[in-house]
Amino acid sequence: MSANAPYNEMYADDGGVREHYRRFAKWLSETPGDRVAQKRAEADTLFRKVGITFAVYGEEAGTERLIPFDIVPRIIDAEEWRKLAAGLKQRVSALNSFIDDIYHAQEILRAGKLPAEEVLCNEQYRPEMQGIDVPNGIYAHIAGIDVVRAGRGEFYVLEDNLRVPSGVSYMLEDRRMMMRLFPELFARYSIAPVDHYPDLLLENLRSVAPSGVNDPTVVLLTPGAHNSAYFEHAFLAQQMGIELVEGQDLFIDNEFLYMRTTQGPQRVDVVYRRIDDDFLDPLVFRPDSMLGVPGLLTACRAGHVTVANAIGTGVADDKSIYPYVPDMIRFYLDEEPLLANVPTYTCRRADHLEYTLANLDKLVVKEVHGAGGYGMLIGPAAAHEEIATFRERIKQSPTKYIAQPTLALSACPTFVAAGIAPRHIDLRPFVLSGKEVNLVPGGLTRVALREGSLVVNSSQGGGTKDTWVLGHA
Amino acid sequence: MLSRTADHLYWMGRYIERAENLARMLEVNQNMALVPRTLETEEQAWIATLTIIGLIEPFKQKYAAVTPTDAMYFIVFDSDNPVSIFNCIRSARENARAVRGTLTSEIWETINSAWLEMRVTGADSMTAVDTAAFFDWVKHRAHLARGVIQGTMMRDLAWHFTCLGTYLERADSTARILDVKYHVLLPRGERAGGATDYYQWSALLHSVSAFEIYRRVYRDLITPRRVAELLVLRDDMPRSLHRCVSQLHTHLIAVANAQSAETVRRAGELQASLHYGRIEDIFSIGLHEYLTRFVGRVRDLGERVAQDFLVSATGD
Repeated sequence: MSANAPYNEMYADDGGVREHYRRFAKWLSETPGDRVAQKRAEADTLFRKVGITFAVYGEEAGTERLIPFDIVPRIIDAEEWRKLAAGLKQRVSALNSFIDDIYHAQEILRAGKLPAEEVLCNEQYRPEMQGIDVPNGIYAHIAGIDVVRAGRGEFYVLEDNLRVPSGVSYMLEDRRMMMRLFPELFARYSIAPVDHYPDLLLENLRSVAPSGVNDPTVVLLTPGAHNSAYFEHAFLAQQMGIELVEGQDLFIDNEFLYMRTTQGPQRVDVVYRRIDDDFLDPLVFRPDSMLGVPGLLTACRAGHVTVANAIGTGVADDKSIYPYVPDMIRFYLDEEPLLANVPTYTCRRADHLEYTLANLDKLVVKEVHGAGGYGMLIGPAAAHEEIATFRERIKQSPTKYIAQPTLALSACPTFVAAGIAPRHIDLRPFVLSGKEVNLVPGGLTRVALREGSLVVNSSQGGGTKDTWVLGHA
Repeated sequence: MLSRTADHLYWMGRYIERAENLARMLEVNQNMALVPRTLETEEQAWIATLTIIGLIEPFKQKYAAVTPTDAMYFIVFDSDNPVSIFNCIRSARENARAVRGTLTSEIWETINSAWLEMRVTGADSMTAVDTAAFFDWVKHRAHLARGVIQGTMMRDLAWHFTCLGTYLERADSTARILDVKYHVLLPRGERAGGATDYYQWSALLHSVSAFEIYRRVYRDLITPRRVAELLVLRDDMPRSLHRCVSQLHTHLIAVANAQSAETVRRAGELQASLHYGRIEDIFSIGLHEYLTRFVGRVRDLGERVAQDFLVSATGD
């Protein structure tokens, strides 16, 4: 975990190309530079075309940025993926058990595995969900788990996204783009497909329909065309062949959920919602929300509708709960965690606070409720004054912060202005939980395009890469 | 189908059609201006056009006098006018965007690129605009949009609601275009059946792509009665009232629900009156009278469609 030269996805320490990148490296060396350049330009044009339709989702052009796409794939070999996938499934299973528990018997709190106030006083904990049974005890039906490789190549979970994780449309579009641009590469490699993700998702959503419903109607609930992820909402609804609905299309009657159709009201059984808890039901949460459905919670409580992800999952992906996930795995599954957490100092603990304040220049400090790479201090890269300001902020409200060692995130060769150079990457696979736990082999690889930058968020100038999981060939 | 989705599709269809028909209506005026006109008849022709498309009041609120350039600008580009051609294309695209998932990607791309081009063309005045080329462009975009709708869209409720919007709007527009002649007076001293009269009727036929058809069908002089017969009663004429209402009726039957029986009946009644109607009877009422009533009945159908399918489908 030292900040030495980062693990390089493509090259081993001795400079040789890693086994699973060899065919790609050979292709790259055989392909004339101008052809690669032309393909990159083509990718740019094609994405701009998609991107233009994307950008115009904002009121006028320019309100949304295009997310840059890099043509060097991130390749994971079969065996490594197998381990990673097993670890992800284990982690998401434990997280689902945890959420079920804290809204029911709260055994984990009674066993003293984590402080009750961390859970019960958390803003994301929804007392309204206490005692409500959800189908199969599944709360986080769709989980986006951010993992990074650090040190000598071992994987760490950086963050669990259990509310309304997004980005899966990039995983699918990036693959489509690569297949279109470089069909010859797909002939050389046996690359596990990801394009059945929408099918898996639909199957998963149908499998958690309220009991007694044979042919459930599933809808995707979007905040509307002005939401930045609307493209993804429309894309997924279309791919699954389900209705893309807004709050105004739905209403509750006698604790059942209906959508307004040209043939009259139609029952809805499962809602794949892409709206935050706060906006979901104005009768329970924010009363000024125009995006939700008044009474939705009562329909959930009556067991007449499944909301995916369930209300109240946010408490489990909170940064203040994150340090306890390995203990959850031991507690609920009686297994050792297959995937490691990044060591985390929670500033609410006096000893951790002391350590953090003494080592700010070496640590990454995050706001507990922050997201998207905002409100973050990266110690080694920060100016003196910045560290000083953060020190004061942490001292004022230590409970708001956690700190982690600066990870040397792995790097992957990436096209930049000066040619090909290593850039830091992460990975967000999407784990689906219903009757069983499933994931497609792959995920969204994000890349920090600025040299040395560790922040991969698209809001902070990150790009994406296609992610290849190799088959056994 | 979601009522909101149906509503967007219906209005997408209407706005595409309206943009096209506005261009057609302006073309009539343009073509009529090819024969020498006095300043007075020129102004009167523009007042007629604004009246027919129902924009005379909003126009007068903005401008003190009716000049050809102001009138043209108001109808074509003015973003303050919610139903300018500019705004019709914008609205068609906004409606398409809201239901993008229901459309094939070709439909979306066609309508979106029309809007992107429109935005580039959007001018501050009419001086730099080649109007004839612009009207052709609008018609071509509409043809393209309809072509891609017919060529790629599943024949399901989405298609039926798009077509409902298209034919409702077209029925209304053709009736209004035909009524232009009532409002456009002949210059003083000109007699009905004279040269100017002829030019006006043929401009009208051209504007609804019916000039060649007229020649082929009648092989004879252009007379008001035949023009009216062609554009009102003939079922094989794609923009005629009869054709539009027949289509409207068919699509209404396809989307029928528990509360739409009366709407279907009214459309059927109107269709039957066109099917069995005689031009003599229409002329004995007076063409203008007849068209005014027709526009009213189409408006009624539009309101009923909204009531039955687009807004009221709640459980409470």
